[in-house]
Amino acid sequence: MPRRDDLEKILLLGSGPIVIGQACEFDYSGCQGAKSLKQEGYEVVLVNSNPATIMTDPELADRTYVEPLERRTVAKILERERPDAVLPTLGGQTALNLALELHEDGVLSRLGIELIGASPEAIKKAEDRRLFKEAMDKIGLESPRSDYAYSVEDARRIVERTGYPAILRPSFTLGGAGGGIVTKASELDEKVSWALRCSPTGEVLVEESLIGWKEYELEVIRDRADNFIVVCSIENIDPMGVHTGDSITVAPAMTLTDREFQRLRTAARAIMTEIGVETGGSNVQFAVNPADGRFVVIEMNPRVSRSSALASKATGYPIAKIASKLAVGYRLDELRNDITHTSAAFEPTIDYVVVKWPRFAFEKFPGADPRLGTQMKSVGEAMSIGRTFPEALQKAARSLETGREGLVSLRARVDYRELAASMVPAARDLGTEAPSAPAAPKHLPPATDDETREALAKLIGVATAERLFHVADAMRLGMSQAEVHERTRIDPWFLAQLDRILDAERDIPRLATSTGDARVELLRGLKRLGFSDRQLLAGGGTHGKTELDVHEERRGLGVEPVYGRVDTCAAEFVAHTPYLYGTYESEHEIAPTIRRKIVILGGGPNRIGQGIEFDYCCVHAAMALRELGVETLMVNCNPETVSTDFDTSDRLFFEPLTFEDVLAICEREKPEGVIVQFGGQTPLKLAVPLARAGVRVLGTSEDAIDRAEDRERFDQLLTKLDLLRPRGGIAKSEVEALEVARGIGFPVLVRPSYVLGGRAMMICHDEEEFAAYMHLAREAAREAGTQTVLIDEFLRDATEVDVDCLCDGRRVVIGGVMQHIEEAGVHSGDSTSVLPPHTLPIRTVERIEEATRRLALELGVRGLMNVQFAVKDDRVYVSEVNPRASRTVPFVSKATGRPLAKLAARIIAGMTLDELDCHDLSWPRHVAVKESVFPFAKFPGVDTILGPEMRSTGEVMGIASTFERALGKALLASGMSLPRNGKALISVKDADKADAVKLGRRLRNLGLDIMATGGTADALDHSRVPCERINKVAEGSPHVVDVLRKGEISLVVNTTVGAKSIRDSYAMRRQALLASVPYFTTMSAALAGVAALEAEDGEPQVMSLQEWAARG
Amino acid sequence: MSGERAHLCLADGTVLPGWAFGAKGSTTGEAVFTTGLTGYEEVLTDPSFRGQIVAMTTPHIGNTGVNGDDTEAATDAPHVAGFVARDASPVTSSWRSKEPLDAYLARHGVVGITGVDTRKLTRHLRDHGAQNAAIGTDAPDVLVRRAREARDMSGLDLVREVTPTEPHVFTESRGVWAPTPPAPQTRHVVAVDFGAKRNILRCLVDAGCKVTVVPATTSAEAILELAPDGVFLSNGPGDPAAVTYGIETVRALLGKKPLFGICLGHQLLALALGATTYKLKFGHRGINQPVLDLSTGKIEITTQNHGFAVELHSLGGKAETTHVHLNDRTSEGLAAKSLDAFSVQYHPEAAAGPHDSLYLFERFTAAMDRA
Repeated sequence: MPRRDDLEKILLLGSGPIVIGQACEFDYSGCQGAKSLKQEGYEVVLVNSNPATIMTDPELADRTYVEPLERRTVAKILERERPDAVLPTLGGQTALNLALELHEDGVLSRLGIELIGASPEAIKKAEDRRLFKEAMDKIGLESPRSDYAYSVEDARRIVERTGYPAILRPSFTLGGAGGGIVTKASELDEKVSWALRCSPTGEVLVEESLIGWKEYELEVIRDRADNFIVVCSIENIDPMGVHTGDSITVAPAMTLTDREFQRLRTAARAIMTEIGVETGGSNVQFAVNPADGRFVVIEMNPRVSRSSALASKATGYPIAKIASKLAVGYRLDELRNDITHTSAAFEPTIDYVVVKWPRFAFEKFPGADPRLGTQMKSVGEAMSIGRTFPEALQKAARSLETGREGLVSLRARVDYRELAASMVPAARDLGTEAPSAPAAPKHLPPATDDETREALAKLIGVATAERLFHVADAMRLGMSQAEVHERTRIDPWFLAQLDRILDAERDIPRLATSTGDARVELLRGLKRLGFSDRQLLAGGGTHGKTELDVHEERRGLGVEPVYGRVDTCAAEFVAHTPYLYGTYESEHEIAPTIRRKIVILGGGPNRIGQGIEFDYCCVHAAMALRELGVETLMVNCNPETVSTDFDTSDRLFFEPLTFEDVLAICEREKPEGVIVQFGGQTPLKLAVPLARAGVRVLGTSEDAIDRAEDRERFDQLLTKLDLLRPRGGIAKSEVEALEVARGIGFPVLVRPSYVLGGRAMMICHDEEEFAAYMHLAREAAREAGTQTVLIDEFLRDATEVDVDCLCDGRRVVIGGVMQHIEEAGVHSGDSTSVLPPHTLPIRTVERIEEATRRLALELGVRGLMNVQFAVKDDRVYVSEVNPRASRTVPFVSKATGRPLAKLAARIIAGMTLDELDCHDLSWPRHVAVKESVFPFAKFPGVDTILGPEMRSTGEVMGIASTFERALGKALLASGMSLPRNGKALISVKDADKADAVKLGRRLRNLGLDIMATGGTADALDHSRVPCERINKVAEGSPHVVDVLRKGEISLVVNTTVGAKSIRDSYAMRRQALLASVPYFTTMSAALAGVAALEAEDGEPQVMSLQEWAARG
Repeated sequence: MSGERAHLCLADGTVLPGWAFGAKGSTTGEAVFTTGLTGYEEVLTDPSFRGQIVAMTTPHIGNTGVNGDDTEAATDAPHVAGFVARDASPVTSSWRSKEPLDAYLARHGVVGITGVDTRKLTRHLRDHGAQNAAIGTDAPDVLVRRAREARDMSGLDLVREVTPTEPHVFTESRGVWAPTPPAPQTRHVVAVDFGAKRNILRCLVDAGCKVTVVPATTSAEAILELAPDGVFLSNGPGDPAAVTYGIETVRALLGKKPLFGICLGHQLLALALGATTYKLKFGHRGINQPVLDLSTGKIEITTQNHGFAVELHSLGGKAETTHVHLNDRTSEGLAAKSLDAFSVQYHPEAAAGPHDSLYLFERFTAAMDRA
């Protein structure tokens, strides 16, 4: 059964914006899918609203629609394109749900389009928990005791059988959204009703708790001839109860005998056959009772998933690529394993250990429950490869870039007494009571060992982002492995491995005093267990004073990593692809080449502020350099990405992005230099240390980077160029900070130095707020390794502008100028950007471009640079200069049809803009709008108001011939469906009252009725805009939350200023989110939204990027 | 890692350091690697590994201890001549474990080595071929010499070391691990034990056979006297060409009773049919080996453990090739339809490995029921 020749054109669905539970992995799978289908000669049409993806690069498909992944829009695209088939299994839950919708409303059958990869029946059987449970019963496999609730009453009845704790799993939600654990009867009502609301079908599975059972995942593939393979087995270190996306996981499974493992394999096979997945990859999750081996089936996903990406990277087996070939008719035995050139029909086997460690962003969501549960909360992950579990675990810890250089002790950084106390669940109504401001540390007298041990004993029973560190600290204080196991249910095998690490840690001081062979052996032993040079330094294991000293000492002793291959076969066959990892073994497997070569440093794990956009840039850099004939060496540790696909670069080093690990690669490979400007802040931070260690930083110099990053040098730069910036100063103490703030005058913008994504950035309106906030800023600064806090004048109501440019040191080309819709005060990463600027006068744009050029030339930028400006009262202020690729590069590239990152890479490799024939573009015929997407729904109890700290996880793009239409598309793509009828609830701050009147009028013209609170209602009344008056929450029932809860409201516009008002209006915003009512928290966005609504006229209009580009 | 320094030395002079584990002392044997991620207990006790020093490519070994139930030997004793691991586990974690691996090896006198760069070893054996090796705590040059002096596997009949001395009836079932309840015992199978893996015998029992196990040297007449419905030819260690008595027995049985052979049994059947065998460079050892069933076009992921193979073209018209290895297209199965004999090179009983090929036991019972 080879390639299907009855198909000619295939439409591939992407997964949309990056959200918690759906990240870069679907760009990775989508890219592999698009590439392999094209390779097979099919015409490929692709739909994805996320411009930051590689898959939406115009070269990858015949036509690429950056359009909302929404039923009506996609139906329109299907009508326009008339593909023979739709492939939804590479686009995550979004694509799968969308495909089902298109099937169910008859679009597919009407147009004669086939769903390939998974049939609607198979999707339903796997996704509908009731059908799935029935299917499991039929093949004699156990699933947890459970039943469906459609009401709180149902749930109460079911819990009588499952007992407490019971797990809630709403049907058809992403990343387990709305799910949770009910531990006692008093929590049942609230948690069940939230879960019911989250499920699009109003259905919640109430399930027996398997907390403490071991959790396994099998990544499997089946073809239409019933050939079946297991690509990878994964064991969760965190036992059942923590979402697998939030668990630290290990591949291969570590604590099963063959008989036990084969039982799971046979079950997985039976499940694939029963569900009817015929052509592709799936994942099956099991829970195993450690006491007797009883196992139950938890769930299966009939599609490529996050775990598939992990399994692909962990084994080298390209699941998405193979899955897409199976979807078009091939059988496994007809396909080839690219790495070994043997058959693709085999089960990969590995001779190393892979650890995945999730990365969280709780610090950005004050009020969020830090406890992990069945709803995924992590925003990214790092993967590491080592020859043993301890080595891989410590490498993973340092790959996360959370300031943990391994399995380090946190005692010096955390007061465990306070941390344990903070784990007590909030005694507030998460839907209506605002989170309290984070308390200042109490500065208790130092904890005794006993106090710490007592706190840790409580703490390790709670699954949190840093539990493994807490466990290690408990063990350092003498807690037995048996007790730790009792409290955490972490398998004793893993605890014994932690113990090995801790044992070795105690040997570190001995390193400094030992000599000769004993020293070499001790050092090698430590490195083999994954200890970083920084850990050795901190542990007093060296003579030197710096990390570089440790490095040099170690090299002097000949203790250096070698690079082993990821080859799918544990060295049984010769591997043909250079996918490498560093480890302290005895031989290198691959000799450095003598070609011209350049190292590209990736962005590491996804986090808020640094995500797929930077991977996009790294991948483009690799492509551009390969086109120039330069050998590219990619370093990254994020398994979700395209950059860690083994054929993106000439050599892939799956390694942590730390000084130590990168330097080792450079010493081995001796490249011409490293590129630090594409991976975000992560590699940028390495520029200076690498340069000091003798590695050449290509492109913009490390000194220029420092001039832009260092506050004082930056001020000098602006002064020299006679450019304006908001008045500001730096402070190293709270007293000093207050002086600076008083000098500037409130409001001020405060932030720690050297942080990304506006971490701990805040606008303080008065001294009281300032005083309350300073400790947070200083703490965040300390985490970032600095003392410095920056205080700036806050330019109220200023318009913000982002510019990306290219510079070759001689000439500057403007890539794009983006105007933000939200005024200053909302982080640039969270705001809505418009390209070209929709209201700025052309003269202002020219001044901005001119300032950009001068900055780039003065800094001697070679490659990309991003500048953020604020425009107020016709004055242009420079807020920030980033001498690197920015978050907006992919958006600008898609909007203008010009691949900025590729051009930048060529400049870095020595070409000039003239040679590249690169010049400023004329004003385009279309407008592109970038809208941000937020994870608030995943964090109950968190305020949704936007501010200077970035909190969005992803972005979408709308492209159209007018601003309003482009915005409408962007809003729709972000999941905001604006209403044309019903009631709009308006409650705004005084400064916005005049605009509220305009807004009210226009909404009424569109057919909406208006409801407003106190002052806003007065203003509307005064201007004769009819409105219904409603109480604020503090004014008593019936109030805004009541009407929202009753479902009377279809749109909310709420703007507010000052900490107290923000707290008071929290309930309105949170309820809007809970009730899935679209809401705006800035007036500028609301007005723009209304304009978009006015411009909408029924039918969605769609056009591919290729067509937009052809129009110019 | 700590303990006593030990080395693994190959006959070609390659020396790999590690630490002693298991029994004290030193040992020699042919160094081979196996790539299964699970199943070290099965590997240790598999009689086909007789005389070999086995390296597991998966780094962490011993995690689940030894439980005795998963043994492939007639007793729970290991058959390997030595055992090589990258990282022997400091603890045991399994509700079924009865003994830590280290203690088990020590109790049975099996010398092991841990902390070895097993990837280097594997790559070396892959590139330079399987060869003799020695492990122990003696000086490396002593070990290299011992490796060179060790007996050569080619032409060596190791079957005599592992075959039982007396016939006996085998009744053990896979019990809770069987995918389906055992079938009623309506056929009688004589299993010629060249070093049979215990799970093959369990699978025969579960497929509905009364199983009489006989020594490898049992003559065809003696076997036929037991009045079997079918004769099973087991796996076993070493060079098939050296098992001349086995080939003779098979030749004498051909056409008289349905025959089913596994691994060495496959090779003996081929030799009895007049085909030839040869030694592979480094053998197939692992539990992820893809085999194509030529009659159905389906793939089985199989367990394999063999250093010798049947020369595909030497079968001529004597038998039909039913299965081939997808990677190197070597012989994986044959059938002589007119003689009611078939065999596979791989291990359908798995242990360790995937259970894709259990259907072959039913094919054997069906053949007996037809005969």
